[in-house]
Amino acid sequence: MSVRRVVVTGLGATTPLGGNVSDSWTALLAGTSGVRLLTEDWAQTIPVHFAARVAVEPSEQMERVEIRRLDRSEQFALVASREAWKDAGAPEMDKERLGVVIASGIGGVTTLLDQYDILREKGPRLVSPHTVPMLMPNGPAANVGLELAAKAGVHTPVSACASGAEAIGYAFDMIRNNRADVVVSGGVEAAVHALPMSAFAAMKALSTRNDDPARASRPYDLNRDGFVLGEGGGVLVLEEYEHARARGAHIYCEIVGQGLTSDGYHIAAPDPDGAGVQRALKFALRDAGLSTKDIVHLNAHATSTPAGDVAEANALRAALGADADHVAVSATKSMTGHLLGGAGAIESVFIVKTLQDRLAPPTINIDDLDPAVTVDVVRDKPRALPSGDIAALNDSFGFGGHNVVLVFKSL
Amino acid sequence: MALAQADVLAGLKEIVEEVAGIPAASIEMDKNFTEDLDVDSLSMVEVVVAAEERFGVKIPDEAVTDLVTVGDAVNFIVNAAN
Repeated sequence: MSVRRVVVTGLGATTPLGGNVSDSWTALLAGTSGVRLLTEDWAQTIPVHFAARVAVEPSEQMERVEIRRLDRSEQFALVASREAWKDAGAPEMDKERLGVVIASGIGGVTTLLDQYDILREKGPRLVSPHTVPMLMPNGPAANVGLELAAKAGVHTPVSACASGAEAIGYAFDMIRNNRADVVVSGGVEAAVHALPMSAFAAMKALSTRNDDPARASRPYDLNRDGFVLGEGGGVLVLEEYEHARARGAHIYCEIVGQGLTSDGYHIAAPDPDGAGVQRALKFALRDAGLSTKDIVHLNAHATSTPAGDVAEANALRAALGADADHVAVSATKSMTGHLLGGAGAIESVFIVKTLQDRLAPPTINIDDLDPAVTVDVVRDKPRALPSGDIAALNDSFGFGGHNVVLVFKSL
Repeated sequence: MALAQADVLAGLKEIVEEVAGIPAASIEMDKNFTEDLDVDSLSMVEVVVAAEERFGVKIPDEAVTDLVTVGDAVNFIVNAAN
């Protein structure tokens, strides 16, 4: 069997910067922060008073009845998938060759907590019969699969903040391995709630810059103090190359490799040597059949935590050596906040747009670049990328020591 | 307290509109919950719990399977209340 190549033919997103891909991308290039003070009463009772909520509420994009049967994470998945599917031209195809892989880091956590409140206040009889389908982490994938009648398999990898990237890698493999011709893939997260935020704050993982929320997510800045929780989701339609050509689909770019490793180091802290990240980078390039010279852009994981940003930059430098000098590194979480299981997905959407427009998005909020960061960070304004064949990387890491690297190539 | 059939129907219409998003005006006695109103087994649980709360009646699980149409539910509630 000949090698089955995998291309991107559709994009969808709902992010703190916009209710679709186009609006999100425009705001991203403009260096806009999606981080705001939360208006809910509970926000003032916990250590962190801000987050990056989606720019457009799902209630403005869906029917009321759909909303009440779906967890917020599932709403994001449907909003982004509908856009992506339409963008791909809603292919007429054998549904036994259509798959869905959509991840979430935490699943329907707000449903679980809301229903627990109902249980305690009103008793078990008023617990919603929709609770289980709403809280299960595979709910976003399952609902999208149901809507599209996908029958090649519906999957949900869970690896904390690497989940979104892992989902896209899983979809990539489904097509390469001839299980499917088209896979709707991505990640979502909807965890802006007092409990998850208090829990992340207890780990000292969140920024507490309450007096200046829009400046709180500052990857690579010397005075970064933690990540900002974001919400939303991103979806990519992956398709086998000949299948896409045969139906005359618009092809954005190709996915050519992935690298997956685990640290075996600590449940939450990154390995300061970044050995696992280095191995993932090397495996991904080898899988892609590319050399370090081919890489011109990295949409970094860079969450704005003191330890993580430097460990990642060091790993990139170690894995790419002098070739890291020509990699334009963008930390888009400086604008979107950290979408946990949705992060690798929206960042993959951004990489596809980066390759399409040949523009690497900026990193905002760097007042003083941390001197320990020895990679070339794109600051404040977008940067033009070279013409010709170019390739870009998405790396995502998750609590538990999960490392995922995806390789995208212009076509 | 005795309940009038018309009042129960009006209340049930509001419940079904809330749960299933079907406009109250299109909900009539002969409508089938599953086939006409998109009320699946999970949503039927919501309808039943909401109806119990609203009309102050008990609708046992074994009775729910017999409530095929809106009229079945209205008649059950009227009888249970009287």
